[in-house]
Amino acid sequence: MKTIMDEKKIQKPQRAEAEQKADGQSVYKIENFNLWYGKDQALTDINFEIPEHKVTAIIGPSGCGKSTFIKALNRMVEMVPIVKMSGDIKYRDNNIFDSKYKVEDLRTKVGMVFQKPNPFPKSIYENVVYGPKIHGIKNKKVLDEIVEKSLKGAALWEEVKDRLNENAYGLSGGQQQRLCIARCLAIEPDVILMDEPTSALDPISTLKVEELVQELKKEFSIIIVTHNMQQAARISDKTAFFLNGEVVEFSDTNKLFSNPSDKRTEDYITGRFG
Amino acid sequence: MQLIDQSKVKSKMQTRLMKNNVLKGVFFGATMFALVVLVILLYRIFTQGIGYLDLEFFQNFASRFPEKAGIKAAFYGSLWVMGVIAPVSLILGVGTAIYLEEYAKKNRFTTFIQLNISNLAGVPSIVFGLLGLTVFVRMLEMGRSVLAGGLTMSLLILPIIVVASQESVRSVPKELREASYAMGATKWQTIRRVVLPAAIPGILTGGILALSRAIGETAPLLMIGALTFVAYLPENLLSGFTVMPIQIFNWTSRPQTEFHDVAAAGIIVLLAMLLIMNSIAVLIRNKFSKRL
Repeated sequence: MKTIMDEKKIQKPQRAEAEQKADGQSVYKIENFNLWYGKDQALTDINFEIPEHKVTAIIGPSGCGKSTFIKALNRMVEMVPIVKMSGDIKYRDNNIFDSKYKVEDLRTKVGMVFQKPNPFPKSIYENVVYGPKIHGIKNKKVLDEIVEKSLKGAALWEEVKDRLNENAYGLSGGQQQRLCIARCLAIEPDVILMDEPTSALDPISTLKVEELVQELKKEFSIIIVTHNMQQAARISDKTAFFLNGEVVEFSDTNKLFSNPSDKRTEDYITGRFG
Repeated sequence: MQLIDQSKVKSKMQTRLMKNNVLKGVFFGATMFALVVLVILLYRIFTQGIGYLDLEFFQNFASRFPEKAGIKAAFYGSLWVMGVIAPVSLILGVGTAIYLEEYAKKNRFTTFIQLNISNLAGVPSIVFGLLGLTVFVRMLEMGRSVLAGGLTMSLLILPIIVVASQESVRSVPKELREASYAMGATKWQTIRRVVLPAAIPGILTGGILALSRAIGETAPLLMIGALTFVAYLPENLLSGFTVMPIQIFNWTSRPQTEFHDVAAAGIIVLLAMLLIMNSIAVLIRNKFSKRL
């Protein structure tokens, strides 16, 4: 009897390890996560792991909780005062709701790009150095380097290098969004959350951002919410399908789109609803 | 069958159009009334006062003789009081607005505070004078000083500044705050680098308009015992003082008609000062709204 129990104890972690090796490290572990807006439950019993250096897409119809979910990952969702949550979200072994793990610390490692481009009404340069400056970097030389590296990283450098001191509001919508990506890269995050980053952009700007995401995943782990299934299929490695606040299916993007295991996923990706 | 009888529509048409024209006239008249009154007032004051308005008027203290009477003490008194009001009311007002908008959770307590700030804005100024007399002059023993007067006036305009600052802090787009928080900024960093730069034009405009109300106020200062005949300049915050509206009031209450003309000259100075302050407010607003 005793030996069997011991075996079980040993077996479990072994299997988990084997899975991790096949899939690489995970940056986020979501365990039994629930979220309510007042009395309305927006997310129910979410359980999955988000892998490192991959693009993880979150798809689903409007109002299925995908934006709420991604905002829970950096606790931005708490800006809505009536939010209540239960369960755990672990970012690299830190429980993000732990009072010892400061939210400012989390957001330094987890950057975010929003649905609508939201540059500050400042110069392009000031926009990029905003993050480094709030973290106490004052050396002009270092800041200059950060600006060049971040703007290059966001594929914007060539377009704006001669007018870094002009107001960011003079840029086009697509450029503004890439500036927001550059601003996010400037704090050298580990994970980048993108909440429908291309929904306010024209097709050409969208293409540029998509190409950029492919480039960025070499260095960062990216989680992207999109209502555009083609986009998810084009750029992501893993896809989670959300419906009514639940994760219906989470698997490799290829598998999810070619051979979904759930009937509801199939209905959604073939356009029967949503 | 038609539901609308066209002949009836036609018969009503004339009266409808006439009503429109009559009311247009009424509203125009209402506008003109205010304008005409203002023009008459300005005309009377200027014709009366302009003769006394010269350099000496600014260099002389109050006097028993109208030719020698000047506004120097009151002019400097007003500046001194403003020197107290401006920092005190802006720091307290903007601080309150930021606390209520950015830090405080929305609950019954903050709703209660909010309601009371709006109420305070409607309290008659003489009541603030009573408060100043009790608290600053007597309890804190500041006497009839510049400091007591300035603090009383600060309280008077505080609600106006709080409400104006709150509105301008609230109008900063949510997206900008989100962008800042999402990069790990603290609340204070977000306020200092994002919220305040965007809100400062509104805050300054509201602040200057409130200040210009303060320099025209007389009642609270009379209440705390500002002097009416002053032949010296304030030397420090605890000196006695007078301000322009009180000096003007003093001149108009004298029997000699010459003093009424001197009062008119004082009014011109006061009006000019108000106009200058209001134009500064407009300039600030225009300058910043262009930049965005």
